[in-house]
Amino acid sequence: MNKNRGLIDFLFRISGIAAALLFTSLVLLVARANPLEAFANIFMGVVSTPIKIADTIVAWVPLILTTCGLVIAFTAGLMNIGIEGQIMLGAIMTTGALRLLQDSGLPPAVIILAGFLAGVAGGVIWALLVGALKFYGGVSEIFAGLGLNFIATALSLWLIFGPWKRAGVASMSGTAPFDAALWLPMFQGFRLSPWSLSLAIISIVVVFILMKFTVVGLRLKAVGKNTRAAIQMGISPSKYMLLSFILCGVFAGLTGAVQVLGVYHRLIPSISSGYGFLGLLVAMLVDYQIIWAVPVALLFAALNIGGIQLPIMMKLDSTLSGVMQSSLVFFFLIMGGVRKKLQRKEEKPSNE
Amino acid sequence: MLIELIEIHKFFGSVHANNGITLTIEPGQILGVLGENGAGKSTLMKVLSGLICKDSGKILINHLEQELNSPSDALRLGIGMLHQDPHDFPSMTIREDLQIWDSRTGVKKSASDWQQLIAIQKDLGFHFDLNGTVGELTVGERQQLELVRLLWLGVEVLILDEPTTGISAAQQEVLFAALKKLAGQDKTIIFVSHKLEEVKELCSRAVVLRKGCLIGERQAPFNENDLVELMFGRQITRTRTSQSGTQDICMSVRNLSIEDFRIRIENVNFDLYAGEVIGLAGMEGSGQRQFLQTLAGLKQATGGRIEIDREDINGKNCFEFQKRGIFYVPSARMEEGLVPGMTLEEHYILSDCEKRMFINGKNSRMITETRIERFNIKGRAATNSEELSGGNQQRLLLSLLKDPARLLLLENPTRGLDIESANWIWSILRERCQAATSIIFSSADLDELTFYADRILVFFAGRISEPLPSSGLTEEKLGRMIGGKDWPK
Repeated sequence: MNKNRGLIDFLFRISGIAAALLFTSLVLLVARANPLEAFANIFMGVVSTPIKIADTIVAWVPLILTTCGLVIAFTAGLMNIGIEGQIMLGAIMTTGALRLLQDSGLPPAVIILAGFLAGVAGGVIWALLVGALKFYGGVSEIFAGLGLNFIATALSLWLIFGPWKRAGVASMSGTAPFDAALWLPMFQGFRLSPWSLSLAIISIVVVFILMKFTVVGLRLKAVGKNTRAAIQMGISPSKYMLLSFILCGVFAGLTGAVQVLGVYHRLIPSISSGYGFLGLLVAMLVDYQIIWAVPVALLFAALNIGGIQLPIMMKLDSTLSGVMQSSLVFFFLIMGGVRKKLQRKEEKPSNE
Repeated sequence: MLIELIEIHKFFGSVHANNGITLTIEPGQILGVLGENGAGKSTLMKVLSGLICKDSGKILINHLEQELNSPSDALRLGIGMLHQDPHDFPSMTIREDLQIWDSRTGVKKSASDWQQLIAIQKDLGFHFDLNGTVGELTVGERQQLELVRLLWLGVEVLILDEPTTGISAAQQEVLFAALKKLAGQDKTIIFVSHKLEEVKELCSRAVVLRKGCLIGERQAPFNENDLVELMFGRQITRTRTSQSGTQDICMSVRNLSIEDFRIRIENVNFDLYAGEVIGLAGMEGSGQRQFLQTLAGLKQATGGRIEIDREDINGKNCFEFQKRGIFYVPSARMEEGLVPGMTLEEHYILSDCEKRMFINGKNSRMITETRIERFNIKGRAATNSEELSGGNQQRLLLSLLKDPARLLLLENPTRGLDIESANWIWSILRERCQAATSIIFSSADLDELTFYADRILVFFAGRISEPLPSSGLTEEKLGRMIGGKDWPK
């Protein structure tokens, strides 16, 4: 019985993926393109050269970092839509710290470290604002987060076109790039930094341990699954929800810092590049299991990078990868719902 | 309209909520439906109003068999139910609220219908400003609005489920006058209540349900003792073994008042002794839950003192209460007590108050195994809490309670359990009383109350009696008090 159920679960998961592929093919057919050719192009866009593989990992890092934060928030039952804004604030604070210190004569390593810390502070402040609005203002974290996302975007645009504008003329391409000494060191010839890669891996390990082996992780889970029961067990839900906001803000801030220090080397508009929202999708797919985020985020990053090939090779818009990512989540969640419904039906007769 | 219910059966899982009920209701009468909690009266009324579907049996309306699959089916046939909680839209104006309902039944209302509505409310002595907001009305007024709405939709059979809970004495008078008038107009009124006084005043006929069966009916004028006996049955009274209380005061309650949406309790005074068991008697919704939650710090009292060791802890949060050894066990086990999707072992780790960072797997496995064995829980360490049966969930809840504790507040601790599980749970609780833990519990079972409680507080419509020693209390007397009789003026 149990073995059977495991197999059925697996089949449902696979069928979700199959349905997503089918749906994307349908979209491609409507756009008069050959689906197989498109999938092949996406695949080749990821693996054809070492640079492309490295680029995929560059995209994987921020996705993993945001997913780490979001898994913690989800566990405590919080839909932290505000993660985009939290990433942006992290990036803004990092940029601010670097601008402040770049001419100070301090060693670059110290400045970079200060940049990371400032980024974390930015993410945490923005996340705490959501938490404060939720607990003291009675505003749902979804609306509070959404509102703060807009404010963060506006803030970054104002900085880029106002106080931090490039010498000469302000532009959408962002603030003036930092001196190469302040960049995170990279693998020779690639855009990938060993530092950001290690940061992502360490984050996964930390979140995995937190969720699996600590009392705090278990308490977060209890708060997320049944607030009222948690109270009976002496756990204060508001305390643990605030904690999960803080932890999520830490990871969001790290994401912003990595994008500034390791990828763009300046502040650009919409520096979060949608990684926050994409992280939400990954976190939904992995269902609280951070380990699964490793392959899922890799798949999503690959779709992002591979999708770049489509306009070049087939004159298709690269947003097709977005269609694939979201239809994956969509069908996966639907299949999960169907599976649960079927199981419940199966269990009912056995009760009587 | 003549209604005939024939051999109605309804199961909820293994509970036989309606067991072959056959009942004929003639037009123009006010029928009282009596019974204690869980007797099946609400279920029967919900079947008749289309809210839930019967498992078997027939419903004949004017000799024609009808299938009632939804409340709108029932409304179309002229059967309407007034629920305990108003089914309306607090944020709408009264006019909008009425319009919503009228479009639901598919009948279009014109200006003349509004005149008709005004005529109905005038006839019954109600006054509404159609442009006022529903949310601004009192519970009693919302009930009047619902009554008018149902009549306006052409209802011939009116079912009222405990309509006098939470309304003022004046509103009750208006309501009763209206109901009598409606019965005079050949409408059928079905009045579900546990208050004997009201049934006596209003009804021309009463039926009594017990454990899902219709066990008797009486015509007015009623004999109260006769009805009490029908409702609660003659049970063999077990004699209490020992008084478990001591003379040390565990908690003093002074001038406590509690307010809720429906219930207002004032001026409660009593001393609870260490090791004592106090039972809360009364019909569901008479304030027992609010009382227990207030003593657990989960609900703020509006006034008064809760003293522990001469310190007033009223106003502190529930975690402060827990620190002082006061724990609450809710009646809704899965909703409020246990965490679905978590294993038994995870529950034990969480309830363990020791401060530590990492989960000690070996230790927690050991604790889990011993507790499962000690509390006789049919489940394994890796079983999820929602997979347990009701009785085992209750055992799990009790096994999570910290030991030692000062006071356990138990809401319906043995509800839904078979006799054997109930006895076993009480044997565990009694052991804790020996260790000077006090217990306050609510129950609908008079036998359980008189047998296990040292003293009993009776709840009725927001009033709480003095603590009554259970040794001098017969079930008959208790039943009368629960029904609102024999209260000192």
